[in-house]
Amino acid sequence: MTETALSRTSLGGLWVTAALSLAPLALAQPRWIAFLSATLLALYALLWLYRLPLPSRRLVNALALAGSLAIFFEYRTLFGLRAGLALLCLFLPAQLFVTRRRREGLTVILLSWFLILARFIDDQTPTAAALAFFAALVSLATLSRCLAPALELRAHARALALLCAQSAPLFLVLFLFMPRVPGPLWGLPQDARKGVSGLAEEMTPGSLAELALSEAVAFRVRFAQTPPRHALYFRGPVLERFDGRTWRMAPARERPAPPLIASSPDLIDYEITLEPHRQRWLLPLDWPLEIPPDAHMRHDFHVEAKQAVLALRRDRFRSASTPPFVEEATEVLQENLRLPLGSNPRTQALAASWRPLPPAQRVEAALDHFRRGGFVYTLRPPPLGEHSVDEFLFETRRGFCEHFAAAFVVLMRAADVPARVVTGYQGGSHNPIDDTWVVRQADAHAWAEVWIAGAGWRRVDPTALAAPQRLEADLVAALPVGDPVPLFARAGFDWLRTLRFHWWALQNGWNQWVLGYTADRQRQMLARFGLQEGDWRHLVWFLGIGAALALSLLAWTASSRKPRLDPAQRLWRAFLRRLARKGEAPAPWEGPLAFAKRAALRWPEKAAEIERIARLYAGLRYGKLGEEALEALRRAVLGFHP
Amino acid sequence: MTAASSSTIPFAEVLAAAESIVLGKAKPLRLALACLIARGHLLIEDLPGMGKTTLAHTLAKLFGLGFARVQFTSDLLPADILGVSVFDRAQSAFVFHPGPIFTEVLLADEINRATPKTQSALLEAMEERQVSIEGVTRPLPDPFFVIATQNPITHLGTFPLPESQLDRFLMKIELGYPDRAAERRLLAGGDSRQKLALLAPLAEGKERLQRAQREAAAIHVGALLLDYIQALLDFTRQSGAWQTGLSPRAGLSLLAAARAWAYLDGRDFVMPEDIQVVLPAVTGHRLLPANPLERTSSEETARRLIEAVPVP
Repeated sequence: MTETALSRTSLGGLWVTAALSLAPLALAQPRWIAFLSATLLALYALLWLYRLPLPSRRLVNALALAGSLAIFFEYRTLFGLRAGLALLCLFLPAQLFVTRRRREGLTVILLSWFLILARFIDDQTPTAAALAFFAALVSLATLSRCLAPALELRAHARALALLCAQSAPLFLVLFLFMPRVPGPLWGLPQDARKGVSGLAEEMTPGSLAELALSEAVAFRVRFAQTPPRHALYFRGPVLERFDGRTWRMAPARERPAPPLIASSPDLIDYEITLEPHRQRWLLPLDWPLEIPPDAHMRHDFHVEAKQAVLALRRDRFRSASTPPFVEEATEVLQENLRLPLGSNPRTQALAASWRPLPPAQRVEAALDHFRRGGFVYTLRPPPLGEHSVDEFLFETRRGFCEHFAAAFVVLMRAADVPARVVTGYQGGSHNPIDDTWVVRQADAHAWAEVWIAGAGWRRVDPTALAAPQRLEADLVAALPVGDPVPLFARAGFDWLRTLRFHWWALQNGWNQWVLGYTADRQRQMLARFGLQEGDWRHLVWFLGIGAALALSLLAWTASSRKPRLDPAQRLWRAFLRRLARKGEAPAPWEGPLAFAKRAALRWPEKAAEIERIARLYAGLRYGKLGEEALEALRRAVLGFHP
Repeated sequence: MTAASSSTIPFAEVLAAAESIVLGKAKPLRLALACLIARGHLLIEDLPGMGKTTLAHTLAKLFGLGFARVQFTSDLLPADILGVSVFDRAQSAFVFHPGPIFTEVLLADEINRATPKTQSALLEAMEERQVSIEGVTRPLPDPFFVIATQNPITHLGTFPLPESQLDRFLMKIELGYPDRAAERRLLAGGDSRQKLALLAPLAEGKERLQRAQREAAAIHVGALLLDYIQALLDFTRQSGAWQTGLSPRAGLSLLAAARAWAYLDGRDFVMPEDIQVVLPAVTGHRLLPANPLERTSSEETARRLIEAVPVP
């Protein structure tokens, strides 16, 4: 029927809606699915642009079937989050090709809404939210256009604005009071954070240099009192095992770390908002004293949470800025002296010559070597061979922090001083807009720790000797002229930096107030309203009763406003239902006689009967026919069987 | 159950006779007749040679009404239409010589060729149904039916009627080309002027027509239909598709035209279909698209309006 056929503009709107909701999601799918999705969209755009006819339904169905099969072979299932989303990424553009009428247009819009929401499973940044909001607006506009094609643009805009204004309070109430269940609602798939860059449990020459070019935010810190920048060492995995080339974490020991007792009064209180990185470790400042209750400290003072960090996480810490003294177990010290046999012979020989010195002086000797050796700090060190430390120390002399730290630790172990590599982050960027420190992957760093009997573990950062600016300013200052520098860090991009500070502040606000609105915060907020015992079960009751009340109120007003059908109209509706079963229904604007004429064409043998019914109804409804006519209409309608 | 109108005018025969002269134009003829019954005036916009004059003449003849035709030109003066007083020496007094407007059916041909002054003289007379000349008010005959035509193509040296003047016409219709069969009959048949001369009046007598007009004006319009008309008017005012919405006078015109249409149909009440069928003719010249470059026909405009408002 013509009245539900969608106009060209509506179809164009549906295409835009589909494209907007698909784009962010399809890009996260396997490449061939993204490609197929884009191809289908482009194809439809071409057909639309040149007003070409749509392909037959059968062809589209066959295509959808083939796509489903391919997805089945990719995922080995059609169910589950990933495979389901991949299916939708194909079905939405395919649905466009079979969309001719309003009902199919509504399917496109509903699918789009689902995809817009599905995007938040992977990406909860403010950018994603802004995109989703935009896509939702476009889809609503399209919906409005599909439902009321006669209205002008201005009328649509007004309806849309009204809709948004009406839903805003509802949205706010739901956001504030919707029960927050601690933990994610459903188990996130294992690959939910695939491809997140960050520190790793092992370190080879070059692994950190790659990170150094990444602008991604690792975490944000807010200090009660900010310590100096050069003291900002965020402790990550401690690497104790060395096989000549790769550094690895030692397995956790049964003996937990001895409680650290502050030896000095300068304590640092701070809060870290950690971006999800799929690993268990947290990144407190060196030396952590108080850690979150669901985390524990390994024997090497590395702090691990009970579960991998899959969602944004906010923790409070307290650290001491000076190393506290601890006793260390012998087996730990033994582990930190071990070197693979026969590796890096020149280094071992050099260090062996320092053995007669007392331990503290051996450290100095090694540092002297770095100071005088003419070492260059660079993000593009030359590749190293089998005896990587030898080559670095005596030949290339160009390296990144991991080269310096690793070489120093090897030197120390060869000189019979227990030492280990600590990875983590150093420094960060202070954002003056909201007074937070933003630590990026580019701030990833590696340094060394040595054990001095009677003094405990001491941090030594050999990188600082080759490039002291690395600690005081940032990475760029430490790089030699001519090395590639990340865009944001380049000189002359001050406005860009300011812009980035604002962007970071916005992200941080989003993290704190939107994503960080957890069960805890909700409880605090409810407490402010006097709901002391407001855990999420109470909220469910509260919301449920509220929603039931609101809905019944709505239903009541709607039913009281709906005009009662007069008896003639009821009979007419009954007549229409009979015809509707055979697929003939009047358009909302079609009068009874006009419809009767149309229906008579469909059932010529019933033409007289249909026209009689329509005339009786019209006379009753618009004219002044009386009771007998009503009776006649009743008999006519009851006796009518199309 | 269609309560037969008490009028003695055989409309079916009148229309059949008219159709035998103005070939293949059933709907415009019926609209023109409805316009006459509704005591409105008719504006026909079409190319020359489409049978505008024949239509006007046929209607006048069928009802046995007086007919006059004025060809509007740029030098036509108001007095040329209304009439003029001339000094009569025999009576030593000014004697009024009525103009062609003092007739029952007036064909104002190519009304947009005359100057606004002359146009407004005619349009005022149409509205007031009387003419005031030299301080004397002279009533026009009753019925009084003006059929004005304008040529949509030639705009050179014309004075297009302003919207306020267009509003005075109850309907604006287009005749359009006849279909193949009708044109064949036209070519094969004799001269329409001769046929016209032979046409016998089917409903002679002013009283019959006046009575029909009164009866049509009294046709029942239910509250539902008034709601419907209001919804249509509201939509034109709010949708933003048109420069201005329909005026209350347009609403009254719509009502009158729908009543006349129902009356022609032999019904004693108005149905939504009556409103829908007269809607293009009644609103076509009153609704101007908001986008001045858009060229939509009255039919398209009306269709858009009709489809936006559900019937009661």
